[in-house]
Amino acid sequence: MADTTQEETVPAAAEGAAAPAQFELQQHHKWYRRPDVLIPVILVVLGLAILATTGDTSPRYRSQFTPGREVRFGWDYFFHLVPQMLQGLYITARATVLGFLIAASLGLVLALLRRAQKRWVSWPAALVIEFVRSTPILVQMFFAQALVRATPGISLNPIVILFLVLGIHYATYASEAYRAGINSVPKGQWEASIALNLGPWTKWTRVIIPQAVPNILPTLGNYLVAAFKDAPIGDAVLSTAGVLFFADWIRADDFRPVEPYILTGVGFLLVSLPAAWAVRRLEERIAYERT
Amino acid sequence: MEDLLLTPGQYARLYNGLRATLQLLGQAFVLGIFLSLVVGVGRLSERKWVRAISFGFVEFARGISSIILLFILVIAIPILLGDIFPWVLGQPVIVMASIALGVNMGGYGAEIIRGSIVAIPKGQTEATIALNLNPTQRLRYVILPQAMRIILPPMGNLTIEILKGTALVAVAGGYDMMREVRNMEASMLAEGVIGVTALFVNALIIYFIVAQVINALFRFGERALDRRFEQREGRSAIPLSVAQPGGN
Repeated sequence: MADTTQEETVPAAAEGAAAPAQFELQQHHKWYRRPDVLIPVILVVLGLAILATTGDTSPRYRSQFTPGREVRFGWDYFFHLVPQMLQGLYITARATVLGFLIAASLGLVLALLRRAQKRWVSWPAALVIEFVRSTPILVQMFFAQALVRATPGISLNPIVILFLVLGIHYATYASEAYRAGINSVPKGQWEASIALNLGPWTKWTRVIIPQAVPNILPTLGNYLVAAFKDAPIGDAVLSTAGVLFFADWIRADDFRPVEPYILTGVGFLLVSLPAAWAVRRLEERIAYERT
Repeated sequence: MEDLLLTPGQYARLYNGLRATLQLLGQAFVLGIFLSLVVGVGRLSERKWVRAISFGFVEFARGISSIILLFILVIAIPILLGDIFPWVLGQPVIVMASIALGVNMGGYGAEIIRGSIVAIPKGQTEATIALNLNPTQRLRYVILPQAMRIILPPMGNLTIEILKGTALVAVAGGYDMMREVRNMEASMLAEGVIGVTALFVNALIIYFIVAQVINALFRFGERALDRRFEQREGRSAIPLSVAQPGGN
């Protein structure tokens, strides 16, 4: 008992000498009726949807700048590369979002198969999930590329291969998130819905899903960030025109390796750190209070 | 099914590559555990600047993509810092890759260790203060042994993530199993042999097996730990019950 009250008051205590007994006013119990949760989530989803559907998808990386040979690191050159790096980052982010769309939906299917009563359904599903999860995505990309090349009559754009592989890889992660989220709903809730004679539809939409989502959503958010960090592997394997491809290209063009790679790292941090913080905020806000 | 099998010579080459991969994993693991411990404890330090540096390290290591970090360390750092630290100039790719993967693992591992230390009941720390143990003793003999049970399962998953990360070395110019696979692919394509997909299938299966072995090792560690805890209780119970009547 003492532990739980302590944890709840940690943010309040950090702000100042607030009394430990003072709890924050919770306007609404249910996360899906609270605007401070819903509005940011909807805005982020809309933003990602816009990101996935617009913009230049085949940039040409070429610097118009002749860097001096004498310095190891030139700020002029560094800032000159920023717009092109952003273009590369955009391609990477786009592939991530499209891939994650596959991951989130395929993951749900995998999770349901994994939960199936019949063993001949659930065991193969478990094996597939475990296999894909514990093998490197880089090897999977090489495999997918070789498979596409070996199959007559199929030719896929590298970016399509990239987001398909990203999607399948992270679908296995997402399926574990779904499974954990569904399993986190206490057994009594399932039993209560049987006792109340709720139909399967009512049971899932009014009892299970509202309680599972607060556990699932932050995990999915974390995996979205993780997928974004894995997406540049596609540039190295499949030569998609993402952010790492940009750095390689500039290096080959200007023989200046330091700036493009450092810039790429900075660009990555500038996207993934705020994203990770946003996920943490969501996690704090959405946390389901069982009273 | 038969097209998926390779020739014995090819398996010998895969084995060589696997040894390089495991060596890389081992180096990254050692550095990763070291960084996890130092940074994870540093995150809970009393000194603000230690907390700030540890926090910065964790956010950096977790925020940056491991492949980008690898490229920065392999390509950019030797040129950028070659004057100040001549050591980085002559290093083989594999060393820089171990550092990159170790830093990556350290960032995630530090959070695991911090979380596990926080999860130990406060009374344990208070007891060590009452017993006048210094902070090192507190950590070494009281907190970490209990935290190990919380640390091991996520650390096993993290190790598998790092195993998956080792494959990145193949595109950064280092030698590992995936590099060997790529070399074999190149020679097969040059000779006009079809069936390159089988190579990758085999590589995937080998990675899968290694991951399962790591998983089993960590499970074994967990069980050994549990047994040790049980044994300790048993041992301390007997002398107490024997000692008390004799003392009276």
